[in-house]
Amino acid sequence: MDIVSILAESTRSAFGPIAAIYALAAIGLNLHFGYTGLLNFGQVGFMLVGAYGVGISVAVFDLPLLVGFAVGMLCALVLALLLGIPTLRLRADYLAITTIAAAEVIRLVYRAGFAEPLTGGVYGLQNLADGFRVLNPFDGGERYGVGALSYNGNHMWVLAVTWGLVAVMCGLVWMLMHSPWGRVIKGIREDEEAVRSLGKNVFAYKMQILVLGGLVGALAGCMLAVYQASIQPDQFKPQVTFFLWVILLLGGAGRVFGPVLGAMAFWFLMNFTDGLLRGMGSMGWFPFLDGPDYGAIQLAFVGVLLVVLIVFRPQGLIGDRKEMLINVK
Amino acid sequence: MRTRLVTVLLALITAILVIPGPAATADEQGGESLHGRILNPQDRDQGVEGILLTVFEGGDEIAAAETGPDGNWEAELPGPGEYRVVVDQESIPSEFALRESVIVVDGEATAEVEAGDQRPLIIALDVAGAADEDSPSPSGEGADGSDGGDAPADDDSVETGADSGGSFGDRFAQLTASGLLYGLVIAVSAIGLSLIFGTTKMINFAHGDMVTFGAMIALLFSTGAAGMGNSLLAIFLGLAGAVLLGGFFEDRLPRATLVVAQWSAILLGIVLATVLGVMGDSVGWQVPLWGAAVIAVLMGGVLGAGMERYIWRPLRHRNVALIQMFIVSIGLALVVRHVVLVLFGAGRERYAGYQIQDPVDLGPIALPPRDLVVMGVAVVVLVGVACLLQFTRIGKAMRAVSDNRDLAESSGIDVDRVTLYVWGLGGGLAALGGVLYGLNQIVEYEMGFRLLLLMFAAVILGGLGTAYGAMVGGLAVGLVAMLSTLWFPTQMMQAWALALMILMLLVRPQGLLGRRERVG
Repeated sequence: MDIVSILAESTRSAFGPIAAIYALAAIGLNLHFGYTGLLNFGQVGFMLVGAYGVGISVAVFDLPLLVGFAVGMLCALVLALLLGIPTLRLRADYLAITTIAAAEVIRLVYRAGFAEPLTGGVYGLQNLADGFRVLNPFDGGERYGVGALSYNGNHMWVLAVTWGLVAVMCGLVWMLMHSPWGRVIKGIREDEEAVRSLGKNVFAYKMQILVLGGLVGALAGCMLAVYQASIQPDQFKPQVTFFLWVILLLGGAGRVFGPVLGAMAFWFLMNFTDGLLRGMGSMGWFPFLDGPDYGAIQLAFVGVLLVVLIVFRPQGLIGDRKEMLINVK
Repeated sequence: MRTRLVTVLLALITAILVIPGPAATADEQGGESLHGRILNPQDRDQGVEGILLTVFEGGDEIAAAETGPDGNWEAELPGPGEYRVVVDQESIPSEFALRESVIVVDGEATAEVEAGDQRPLIIALDVAGAADEDSPSPSGEGADGSDGGDAPADDDSVETGADSGGSFGDRFAQLTASGLLYGLVIAVSAIGLSLIFGTTKMINFAHGDMVTFGAMIALLFSTGAAGMGNSLLAIFLGLAGAVLLGGFFEDRLPRATLVVAQWSAILLGIVLATVLGVMGDSVGWQVPLWGAAVIAVLMGGVLGAGMERYIWRPLRHRNVALIQMFIVSIGLALVVRHVVLVLFGAGRERYAGYQIQDPVDLGPIALPPRDLVVMGVAVVVLVGVACLLQFTRIGKAMRAVSDNRDLAESSGIDVDRVTLYVWGLGGGLAALGGVLYGLNQIVEYEMGFRLLLLMFAAVILGGLGTAYGAMVGGLAVGLVAMLSTLWFPTQMMQAWALALMILMLLVRPQGLLGRRERVG
C-alpha cells in the first residue's frame, strides 16, 4: 500500500471534473436548503433530466449541443414546477417525500423498456461529447498540470468549463443573496410566518428558488453527460442526492463557497478511504470482503458521515451554526 | 475552530501538491480501454457470462475479453485510435441473439477511443427469434420478463394468467386480485411509517430498508443460518435485552445499575456473537419460512426499538431540529441498506419452495396458494393492529400521542415509552411486510427502497400520521398501481402511484382521513 500515491490520487480527484460537477449540483441544493430551508431529497432528478436533455437531443435527434443544454434546462423547469406547485404551500416534509419519490420514479421511467427508442433504456445513450470536444482548445493527447495534478486534454477542457461555471454560479449566488430578493429568501428560512406577515408571497419566492436550484442541478447533469460522453440511467441512483447532501453539510450550508469546498473535501475523503480500504484489503486484512463490498462499505460510510455531521457539526467547515438551527414549521 | 480546519485542509493539499515522484506513475494506470456490460434481455439486472469479444486494430488482433458473471467485460488498449470489436456469435447462449443497432452491425462494432478514454461500448442481446416476441416466454425465470425487479409483483403466474386470459373482464379481475395483494403488503409496511410520523412528527426514510432487513433475515434463516445468522441473532438478543431492561425498569432501579445492566447486555450479545461467528458452520440450523418470518418480525421490532432508544431519543432530548432528524434518517437508511448489502450480497434470490405452485381457481381469478396465504396473513395482521389501537391501553395511548403529543404528555401518558412501542411495532410490521413482499418478489437489497416510494404515496393518500389512513391508502395505491398495467406499461406503475399522491396533495393535502389543521 502506497499512502503517498493514495493521497495524490485523492487530491487529483478533489480537483477533477467529477468534483466540479458535484459542486455545481450542490450549489443548486444550497439554494434550496442552505438559503431557503427547502428539503429537496431529489436533486439527482434534476441532474437526470438535464443529462437526458443533452443526451436525447444530441444522440437521437442530432441537434447541436447548445440546443441540448436548452432542452435539459427546460425539462428541469417543468420538473420544478411539477414538484413545487402541489407541495410548496404545505409543510416542508411534503416536498421531501415528493422529491425523493419523483427522482426515483423518473429514473425508473427513463430506463423502462417502452422508453427505449428515446432514452436507450438501461443501456443509455452515447457519443454525446463531439460537439463539445470540437471546441476544445487543449490537445486531447497531451497531459496538462503539475505533478500529481495532471489531466488529459479532454478532461482538462471539461474541468476548465465546469469549474468556470461553478465560479460564475458562486458569483451569481453571492449577488442574489445580497440583494433584497435574497434577504426575503433567507427570511423564509428563518421564519416563514414573519415574512408572510410582511406581505411577501412566500409561495412565489419558494417556487422561484426551487426552479433556480433545479436549473443549476440540470446544468450539472448536462456537464456530466458531456464529460462522460455517455449516460446510463443507473448512474442517477438516489445515493447521488445523498452525496450532494453530504457535500453541502460538509462544506457548510448557506455559504457561497460551502458546496465548492464540500465537493473537494468529499471526493478527497471518498477516494482516500477507498484507496485505504482497498490497500488494506490487498494486504489481506479483510479476508471476508469481496470486491463489490468495498463500494458498499463506502456508501455506509457516507451515511455515517451524514449522521455525524448533522448531529455534531451542522454548520460544516465554514458555515454559521446559528443559521443552521432552523426548524420545520 | 473554523479557520483552524480550513488551515489544516489547505496545508494538507499544499503538502500533496509538492510531492511529485511516484504519484505520476499511479496516475498513468488509467490507460485507454473499452468496457461494457452485456445484460440478459429477459432480466436486465443480470448479466450474461462467457461471451467472447475480440478487439482488432486494422487487421491485427490486439485484445480479447470475456464477460464475467455479472456480464461486465473490459479490454485494455495500447493507445488511442479506431478499434473494431467482434463478438463471437458462437459464445452467445442459444436462447439469445445479438441485437443489431447503429453501432453493432453483423456482430461487429467500431469504436473511436481518444487518449486516456475509458470508453463504454453498448452491446445488447435480444431473445432469439425476437420477431415473435409476443409469444409467452419459457417457463420459470423467463416469465419475469419486462424489467426484472422494477416491475414489482409482476408475479409469474399472475402476469401470464392476465396476458393469456384474453378478455378484458378476466384481466381486470385478475389484476384487481393482485392489486389487492400488493395493496395489503403496502398497508402492512406503511402503518409503522404513519404511526412513527404521528408520534414523533418525523418521516422515517429508513423505513424501506427496515422492510429489506426483514425480507433478508427471513431468507437467511429459512435457507439455513450458520455463523452469520447466529451472530446476528446474538447481537439482536443483546440489544433487545438492553431495550427491554430500559423499558421495564426505567424508574424502578437506580440509574447507574440500569446503565450497567444495559451495557452488559449489549456487550454479552457482542461477545456471544463473536463466539458463534468463530464457531461458524458447526452450529447450523434451519427453520421453515413461517418460523423464519417470526424471527424476522422479532428482529425487525428490535431494530426499530433499538434505533428509537439509542438514536432518536437522545437526539430528541438534545433538541435537534426536525429538519436535521430527516437528514439523520436518510443517513441511517444509507447505512442500513449498505450494511445489508455487505452482509447478504447483491444477489437476487427468492424464497425456495414457494415459486412454482398450482393456482387455485376462484371464479374468474386464479391465485397460487401462497398469495392466498399472504393475503390472509396481511388481513389478520391489519385487523389485529386495528384492535390493538382501538381497544388496548397502549393502543389508545399511541393514538393519543399521535393526536397531540403535548396534551397526551400532560395527561400522564409516558410519551417516551409509547414512542418506543410504536417504533418496535413499526419495525416488526415493516419486517413482516418485507417477508410478504419477498414471497411475490425477488429479494434484493433495494427492494425496500422501491416499496418505500409506494408507502409514501399510501401514507399521504390516507393522511400522514393516521394508522387507518395508511391501510386505506395502501390498498388504494396497490389497486391503482396494478390496474394501471391494464392500459400502460408495467414500468409506469410507480409513476401512477406518484401521480395519485401529487393529485391528492393538490386536492386534499391532509389525505383521506387526515384533519385539516395538520398541514398548516
